[in-house]
Parts: sequence; structure tokens; C-alpha cells
Amino acid sequence: MTKSNFLSWWSQARSTGNASFVFVVVLFGVAILASLGNLAVPESSIFHVSTYTISLLGKYLCFALLALSVDVIWGYCGILSLGHGAFFALGGYGIGMYLMRQIGDRGVYGNPTLPDFMVFLNWQELPWFWLGFDQFWFAILMAMLVPGILAFIFGWLAFRSRVTGVYLSIMTQALTYALMLAFFRNEMGFGGNNGLTDFKDILGFDLQSDATRVSLFVITALLLAAAYFTSRAIMASRFGRVLLSIRDGESRTRFLGFKTERYKVWLFVYSAILAAIAGVMYVPQVGIINPGEFSPLNSIEVVVWVAVGGRGTLYGAIVGAVLVNYAKTRFTAIFPEAWLFALGALFVYVTIFMPQGLIGWLQKSLTKFNNKTEVAS
Amino acid sequence: MTWLDKTREIMAPDRVWPFLTPEVPATLDVSKNVILYVEGLSVAFDGFKALNDLNLYVDDGELRCLIGANGAGKTTLMDVITGKTQCDSGDVYFGQTINLLQRSEPEIAQLGIGRKFQKPTVFEAQSVFSNLELSIKASKGIWYNLRANLSGEQRDRIDFVLELIGLKAQHSMLAGALSHGQKQWLEIGMLLVADPKLLLIDEPVAGMTPQETERTAELLTSLAGDHTVIVVEHDMEFVRSIARKVTVLHQGSVLAEGTMDEVQNNADVIEVYLGSEL
Repeated sequence: MTKSNFLSWWSQARSTGNASFVFVVVLFGVAILASLGNLAVPESSIFHVSTYTISLLGKYLCFALLALSVDVIWGYCGILSLGHGAFFALGGYGIGMYLMRQIGDRGVYGNPTLPDFMVFLNWQELPWFWLGFDQFWFAILMAMLVPGILAFIFGWLAFRSRVTGVYLSIMTQALTYALMLAFFRNEMGFGGNNGLTDFKDILGFDLQSDATRVSLFVITALLLAAAYFTSRAIMASRFGRVLLSIRDGESRTRFLGFKTERYKVWLFVYSAILAAIAGVMYVPQVGIINPGEFSPLNSIEVVVWVAVGGRGTLYGAIVGAVLVNYAKTRFTAIFPEAWLFALGALFVYVTIFMPQGLIGWLQKSLTKFNNKTEVAS
Repeated sequence: MTWLDKTREIMAPDRVWPFLTPEVPATLDVSKNVILYVEGLSVAFDGFKALNDLNLYVDDGELRCLIGANGAGKTTLMDVITGKTQCDSGDVYFGQTINLLQRSEPEIAQLGIGRKFQKPTVFEAQSVFSNLELSIKASKGIWYNLRANLSGEQRDRIDFVLELIGLKAQHSMLAGALSHGQKQWLEIGMLLVADPKLLLIDEPVAGMTPQETERTAELLTSLAGDHTVIVVEHDMEFVRSIARKVTVLHQGSVLAEGTMDEVQNNADVIEVYLGSEL
């Protein structure tokens, strides 16, 4: 391919519609290649993809979905949530409860209904809020409904009182912190600080088998693509433009006749459900959910991913989440203590030197490059 | 009232609960030819009386100029009319029936009261066309806007307004790239595209060149009649060029009202503004 060919291809690919196209090609390309590499290529081959890598990729995609959910509210509506980890973790607990019930009598204590930690606490029967979680559909429904309702109540109270900016961020932070403290308590009935773990199977499929792992990974990729296109469609509609208007001038939007608080509440609920779905996919792949997932630090990290990738583009958030988490995997293996410092430095660097994130920086330098070549030719 | 009386009143068999009374339809009634009633309006911020027993009546189809020094209460008055600021006492009625004080900003906007801010506020990250599209008179609900498409009629309306505000060539430009004067015009266009009954326009010619000012004056005078226009302006030359009736505010209440000449010869006004530009 000649240079000019490449440039014209690239400038086309950069326009919004085609960015989605590139995103899908990359996402499914990686998903299919990795899956084949794991299942079809023998272990001795250098093209074999280990199950560990598959799980790692699956985890990245869950984080990408979580980052997408934050970008939807932060990038498009200017709501900086520092507590989205709460919805993620609630979704994770929802599926975790199902997985716990699936263990049945294979637990350490062999109790057919009670999970191990309840036997350990000397509980005689299942608490009411664990009922029904042996049904997969019910668990999934609850995993999305509970975060959704929480987001609705929280958003309704906050946005109706016109809480914005830093105050809202602090409130979301407090929300996730309060939930963390609550879930740390054994009396809550969610396994205390050990959380839920030691899962065996999901819908009858062994969680440790390669096929299940690959399936979970592929489903995550599909869900991420679905969430991406749904969000894209929402943002392309007039609703999406109202959101931009709220971000850039909420009072002007109100004077045009839009009840902005309603728009914000529904967007917040949508975003919380996306985060919950990410949590649902995350827990079976990593095999544990504990209150640590509620920690405010996790939620702040998500915001860093989005900032690094670039706000308000959707794919920027995904790129940011995958890159930062890949860096984290590498970095924590080599130099674990320094990771938080590196993350902090990265955030400061991006905020000061790349306010539009990596995507914005790339676009800018490409436009410059294109202009130069145009002048030259 | 003691708690017993309260209980009796609440339990009275003939009591009609507020939520059971049929809602007054929000249709504008201008049968008495007055579109806006402001009576005995008072607003205080931390003891400072921004509005003090203010009375103002605006006729349907009128072009009214509000003038007054800084702090006279012009912007506060607009804030109260559009629902942004709560008042301490007084009444604001839109037509004969609609009490504006009970309504929120979006509701008031949907009734047909458009407001232009002092500082031009357009959505800079969106195109000129998109700015107008958002402002169009249509449902402002969430489901509607998720699926909304412009009808031919609405598109014509936007084109008409684009022509009127002279931004036809710039319709796909980002609003943030417009000049200051063009932003002012775009904001006026955003009001016009919704076809409001009453336009509240805060300092429309601030920062405009003389030619732009002249065109704005033409535009505003052409609007009067079909719409009612209230203009707040500091530029006396501009006010003289458009005004038929002028209201002078001073310390939160009306000091004088009349034609420009009457106002300028008014003894009170001269006393207050002695030595100033009037």
C-alpha cells in the first residue's frame, strides 16, 4: 500500500462511523484469534494462547465495559462519578451469589443449601435475600436491577437537588465507600471480607475448563460490542445531543424546556447497568468477588482509564482501559510497590499534557501530519 | 391553627385534595390584551432587596425596553419570570390564567417564554444547525428524543430562522467557532425557532459592531407584533432606535414608564440619573 493510499484509508477510518468499524474488526479479530489459539492450536505450538491469557483478556474487556459506562456519563454528560465500582461490584455479587448456590454440597462443609461461610457463622437457614439466587435468570436480573434501582434513587435525589461537579463526585465516592464498609461486615450475609469464591460451575459448565473460559471471553467481547453500539446509537440520537448540551450548559438546556434532571437520572441508570454487566462477566472469569471491589480507589482507577484513553469518544475509554490494565499487569509483575505512583503520575501527565487523552492526541498529531503532507504535495 | 383544627380540616368530608383538582390547562389566555402581569414582586438576597414591590404589565405583541443602572433588578426580574429565582412575595401571571411562580424553568420554557442570556450561551461543541434543532418546538421528553427525526415542516422552520439570523452559510459550523456577534444571533435564533409568545432578551447588542447592532434592531422590531419582546439594554442609542415604550427600573422597582422622550423628561429619572448618559 502506498503512503497516500494508506492516508486516505486512515482518514476515512478516523471519521466516526468507521471508527466503530475499526473497533469491531479489532475486537472480534482478537477475540476469534485468541479463542482459536487456545482451543484449536496444540499447546506445544508457539501460536498457542494460554488459558491464563484468555482470562486476562476477558478481564480487560470487562474493565473496558466498565470504562465505557463511565465515559457515557462523564464524557457525554459531564457527570464525574467516582463510585462506579459500586455498581460493578453489585453486579459481581449478583452473579457471585448464583455461583455460590451452584456449589451445592461440594463445599468444604458439604451443606447442600448453605454456602460455606454461613455454615461457618453457624447460620441455620438461608437469609431471605439469598432466595431465588439458585436460578440463573433471577440472579442475572437482580444483578442488573439492584444497581439500576440504586442508581435511580441516588441519581433522582442528587440531580433533582441539582448537586453537580465536585459535590456529586464526593457523594458517589461516599456511596461506594459506605457499601464497602457494609459488605465487609459478616452480618450482612455476603461473606464478609473473604467475599464469595471457590466457584465450581456456571449453568452446569465447569468454570475451570478451557472451553468455558473461552466462551466467557467471547461473550464478554459480544456484550462489549453490543454496549458500544447501543451507546453509540444513543449518543447519535437527539437524546445524545441533549446530553452534550447539558454538559456544556445545563441552565441553557433547562431554558430550552428540557427537564435536565430526568435526562441525567436515566443516563445514570443506563450507565450503572452497563457497569453491573461488566461486573457480572468479571466475577466468573476471575473466580472471586470481595468487598475490595467497592474500594474508592478502584472507581478512581476507572476514571484514570477513561482520561488516558480520551473522553467522549466511547472507543477511547476502551483503549484506555485495555492499555492501562495491560501496563498494570506488566508493571505489578516487575515492580509492584510502584504501580500506584506510576498510575498517579500517568493521570497527572495525561491531565496536563493530553487533555483529550491518547485518542485526542493521536487525532491531533495525525491532522497535523496530514496537513503537512498536503502542503508538501 | 392547633393540631386538632388541622386534623379536622384534613379529615373534612367535603375536602378536595389539591392533587384531585383538575389541572388548569396551560393555554395562554390574552383576552384582556395583557400577556404578562408582574405584581408586588419582591426578592431579597441576604437582606439586599433586588426587587422591591415591583409592578409591571406588558401588552400582547409589545416591544418593551427595560433600562436601569447596574443592580436595578433587571436581570433578577427576568430570573423570576423564567423560574430561575424564587421570589419572596408577589404574583407573576402569564396571560390571565397561568401562574408562573408555580412552575419550573423547563415548564415555563415550554409554555412559550424564551430567554436570551446576557452572556451568549450556545452549545459550542455542536453545529449551528444542531443548536437550532434542539431548540425546536417539539416534545422535550426522553423517549421522543431517542427516536426523534426532523419533520419537513421543522426543517423548513430551521431554514427560515437560519435565513433570518444570517447564518445560513455557517449552518454546519461548530457554534464555538462563530464570532461573538454571531453567537448572540444564534442564541436569538434558538429562541425564535421555538416560536415563543414572549421573548426576554438580555443585552442583545453587547459586543456587536454598529452594523450588527443595526441589524439586530431591525430584527427585534420586526418580531414585535407576532411576539411580545422584552429587551434589557444599556446601549441608549440602541434603545432609542427600537423602543416604543420604556420602563426605567431603579433599586428594584419601577421609576418611570412611557416613551423614550417622556422618560427622559421625567423629573424622577433626571434626579436619579443626573449627569449620567440619559
